[in-house]
Amino acid sequence: MHIWYSLVDLLLPFDWVQHEFMKNALLGVLLVTPIFGLLGTMIVNNRMAFFSDSLGHSALTGIAIGVIVGKIFPLMGFKPIWAMLFFSVLITIAILVVKEANTASTDTIIGVFSSTAVALGIVILSRNGGFTKYSVYLIGDLLSINPSDLLTLGIVFVVVIVLWVVIFNKLLLASLNPSLASSRGIHVRRYEYLFAMIMAVIVTISIQWVGILIISSLLILPAASSRNIAHNMRQYHVYSVLIALISGVSGLILSYLWGTATGATIVLISSGFFAATFIMKLRLG
Amino acid sequence: MKHHNCTHDCQGSCECGLCCTKINNFGVIRSGTEILRDVNLHIHCGDLTAIIGPNGAGKSTLLKAILGDIPHNGELLFLDAKDEGTIRPSMGYVPQKLDLDSSSPTSVLDLFAAAQTKIPIWFTYPNKIRERVRESLARTQGEHLINKRLGALSGGELQRVLLALALDPIPHLLLLDEPVSGIDQRGLELFYKTVSSLRENYDLSIILVSHDLNLVAEYADRVAFVNNKTIECVGTPQEVFSNEKVIQTFGLDWAKRYRRDEKDRVDNAHLV
Repeated sequence: MHIWYSLVDLLLPFDWVQHEFMKNALLGVLLVTPIFGLLGTMIVNNRMAFFSDSLGHSALTGIAIGVIVGKIFPLMGFKPIWAMLFFSVLITIAILVVKEANTASTDTIIGVFSSTAVALGIVILSRNGGFTKYSVYLIGDLLSINPSDLLTLGIVFVVVIVLWVVIFNKLLLASLNPSLASSRGIHVRRYEYLFAMIMAVIVTISIQWVGILIISSLLILPAASSRNIAHNMRQYHVYSVLIALISGVSGLILSYLWGTATGATIVLISSGFFAATFIMKLRLG
Repeated sequence: MKHHNCTHDCQGSCECGLCCTKINNFGVIRSGTEILRDVNLHIHCGDLTAIIGPNGAGKSTLLKAILGDIPHNGELLFLDAKDEGTIRPSMGYVPQKLDLDSSSPTSVLDLFAAAQTKIPIWFTYPNKIRERVRESLARTQGEHLINKRLGALSGGELQRVLLALALDPIPHLLLLDEPVSGIDQRGLELFYKTVSSLRENYDLSIILVSHDLNLVAEYADRVAFVNNKTIECVGTPQEVFSNEKVIQTFGLDWAKRYRRDEKDRVDNAHLV
């Protein structure tokens, strides 16, 4: 970690990175936002915005279960994050399985699961009137990120990038036409599940720093902005990652200066990017 | 056009000395409902077989079952020219449409690179891919479309791009699902001309789900009429279009017009 600290001191001799928690937060932003930019492109392509939203919501039940399990086994150093991960992967599989049964529209199914998960989470957490101490999960607290969180994030970062390299082409073909993909020997379902899992993991991991309310905006906005100006897949990804990074870093600085919640500030700047690119698109046709 | 002197119901082997694809006793059941049953079809290399039938009869389902995209019973056999071994044929598929909105930043090159290479296209395009894609597109007169976005193509252009993709690499069996809408008559005719010229240049069998009976009559070697969950009638266009059930399904007016056109065609042929 102190390699990073001295690097920051050397390269960024500014007021806002003097504190250690800001250096941690900066590294967190640099790890998380590119992943959001990358994954967002496929989420927007596949019209899965609502799905990512409900994944965020389902994290609430994961937190609740984590709290219960933590009370039962207090000595084992159990972190709620594992329960959250387990639950979000579970709900992802549930949504995909029910979706394949084809009995209701995907929107409805996701809506049903999402509201159930939120309600269950609130019921468990609000027992004995203690919900307020969990409200930090609603808006997130990026400044509370610590070196061990950063290590987890770093591992997730590497895994996601590697998976994204391996599966992206197949995933794109499957999203354009599943039959076309399987005619070229691609197991469409396998890749769909894998992608949904990656989403579930990344949403759940980042929820405590970004917050349930705005996590899906962070996934959607950079890609949606990039889409306004990109003409092919490479541009789409490059712009999306750049917009995510710029919004992330400038949002962090502004939230420090204004004393506001970091996640929401980042989202606001991304929205600014969306507005700007949208106008560019209208102007240029 | 090639002509084969082999029987339609060859058992076990191909008497014509060319490769062929056999579909034996195909059936599809989804969610407890039978969609297709007892489908038997025998396709020779170099043949363009058109599948026609009323909406919802199971034409696209049959195509997807052949592709292996949906589970089915029965067997699919491919026999090569020497009649040795039955390998699973390699397939090229031209879907009806792609699932993307018109603003999607996916270019034609992206589509090809995603299908043909392992290098992730968000990172970089491999060397030589541009050249290969241009050659592929040239087969269907689409070289100029390489940098266009898929969403910006017309229906006919998209169809030609998808055909070019299905032909790289050249498959044993080419399966085409003709679009119902979004493609004009001229585009459709160009598409049929391109598909039908493939028979002469490459050693492949073509199965085409079609909605345009006039073009089927003109270009198909054989026609399979799908109705009531199975193939009710197979034969040359002349044979199938004079079948009572086919006439009932598509209406007497069309059948009369077809016979008149056919008579004209024969008369003209005599004059020439």
